Amino acid sequence: MTEISCHARGAVHLFPRTRTVLDMGGQDTKAIRVTPSGEIVDFCMNDKCAAGTGRFLGAAAAALELPLDELGPTALRGERPVRISTTCTVFAESEVLSWLGRGRRLEDILLGVHHAIAARSLALLRRVGIEAEVTFTGGVARNQAMVQVLQQQLGLPLNVSDDSHFMGALGAALFALDHILARRVPAGAAEDGA
Amino acid sequence: MTTATHDHPALVGRGNVEGAQLFRQWFQQLDAVAAEGGHAAYVFVMGSMTEILRTFDLPVVFPEINSLQTAVRHVAHEYLNEAEDYGYSPDICGYVKADVALQLRGGQHPMGRIPKPTLAVLTNACNTYIKWAEIWERLYRIPIFVLDIPGTRQAGRLSWPGDPDFERDRRYVQGQLEELIALCQRLTGKRFDIDRLREVMAHANAMSQGWQRVLALNQSRPAVFNAVTDGTIYLGVSNGFRGTAEGSQYFARLVEELEYKAAHGIGTVNEERFRLVFVGVPCYPIFRRFNEMFAEHGGVFVNSTYLWFAAGGVNLGYTYDLQRPLESLAEGVLISVRHAMDSMFYSDRMLVELIDPYGVDGVVYHPIKSCRTVSTGLADNRRVLMASRDVSSLFIESDMMDRRVVSEAQLKNRIDAFFEGMAARKQQAALQGRER
Repeated sequence: MTEISCHARGAVHLFPRTRTVLDMGGQDTKAIRVTPSGEIVDFCMNDKCAAGTGRFLGAAAAALELPLDELGPTALRGERPVRISTTCTVFAESEVLSWLGRGRRLEDILLGVHHAIAARSLALLRRVGIEAEVTFTGGVARNQAMVQVLQQQLGLPLNVSDDSHFMGALGAALFALDHILARRVPAGAAEDGA
Repeated sequence: MTTATHDHPALVGRGNVEGAQLFRQWFQQLDAVAAEGGHAAYVFVMGSMTEILRTFDLPVVFPEINSLQTAVRHVAHEYLNEAEDYGYSPDICGYVKADVALQLRGGQHPMGRIPKPTLAVLTNACNTYIKWAEIWERLYRIPIFVLDIPGTRQAGRLSWPGDPDFERDRRYVQGQLEELIALCQRLTGKRFDIDRLREVMAHANAMSQGWQRVLALNQSRPAVFNAVTDGTIYLGVSNGFRGTAEGSQYFARLVEELEYKAAHGIGTVNEERFRLVFVGVPCYPIFRRFNEMFAEHGGVFVNSTYLWFAAGGVNLGYTYDLQRPLESLAEGVLISVRHAMDSMFYSDRMLVELIDPYGVDGVVYHPIKSCRTVSTGLADNRRVLMASRDVSSLFIESDMMDRRVVSEAQLKNRIDAFFEGMAARKQQAALQGRER
């Protein structure tokens, strides 16, 4: 099974009213639209470029010499987000440093980074069509600032679990369970000659 | 269901073998022309005007086909690099760049040597055609002839013979064809022979009708040919041999083969599970592998917009009236080239109409980096299709020439997810059917 199907399955299992899934990981971001039974209607991913993924946050963290788990709380203290114009993860580092050089607060720069990633994710979501409820999965879902900025830009609340980063693994396990159950011979079937 | 095996008579698979033979023969002829220092007419797949050019015995060269052949033969990167070293941007059409490198190499091509142009004939069906032909104009000081074909003004509002709008458009096209004939007379020194034109048009008629029948036969279950792989071979003959006895004979034999396959339930994969439509231009740098990624899941392409626009719209099966050849040629060119353009710009309605007769499970959109003409609007097209029909779709991007922007792993990931979604959808439908 692909990670796309697994994330969709996991999200619908934990949040049964999910119709749209946003999965943001280290190297890709996926927008997935699902039916009530978890079947994929449509999906869209970033292509050939890590802009708009967790890697973009990683690059900013490296440039600012901050541990990853401090990115969210620091950004939440921001008030006037800077505008990050680059769409390239590699160039983001120099843009972040240039804002620092211009004397902007670290908190505002990080908030701007979160806004930039959220905007790219929203573009992906629009391509598949946004339908409530929206469930946010992947490692970046643990970042509170990203959750907040996405909710603001979407105008919708997001379903987020403490185990969002395990959503793909949960979906894979559910598919495996289906497989096992489908292969199990019902009791008495052999005797009936079925 | 049965698959193509040695249990079936020799006619199964004949279309591919004979198509490949004709293709080699065509390039050998071009190589001989180049060796003699002879020239040829450079034309394009959307409105090749081969009916007129063959009347003057002008060999035809399709630079688009030459270019895609470099990709199929895994040498496109050499040509692209050469054109980029010469100064062409990485962002422009890969077909153009491969051709520029071919010209810089004196016509050297993996299939043989390509002769230089005497003239280039093109239509407005692709905006790149015009700038591309201007390169030859500058390189060789040759005339280029641009046919301006009126396109569809508004989605779903086509005019047809008898309509005053159509008649005005037809006269406009006929006037241009008469100018082309005068140009060919001047360049070749040959007098225009209308009976020879009739002969060429009769062969073209047989081919158009054959092409239309071939496409219709793929409504069979299982599909009798793969629209991306086999279809591209048929397409090569349709373009390269249009208006010839070999071409009309080929299509007659192809129809015979495919009718046999349809009657005997002979398909193209071991187990046909999903019937697909392909929208766009194939991924030639990994042509075989690209199809395998679908075939591994039992996916078969039953139709493709490529087989419409890259055949110059002749899939409509327009039949020339040989009693009034020039008028009818203008009418056919207008209808077919207009359809080729519609296949790119207004294909959403045509795709919707395809779903039921062909039993389509999914539509695969393949925009390509180096052709904005066919790729722009595909995302909107897909949205319209999905809003009007409950059908799965996949949107994958790569290129028809440039392997630097073809990521097989990324393509496979998306293709696998597409099939997982379709399988779940079928399972769900089966469960609901059982419950009812």
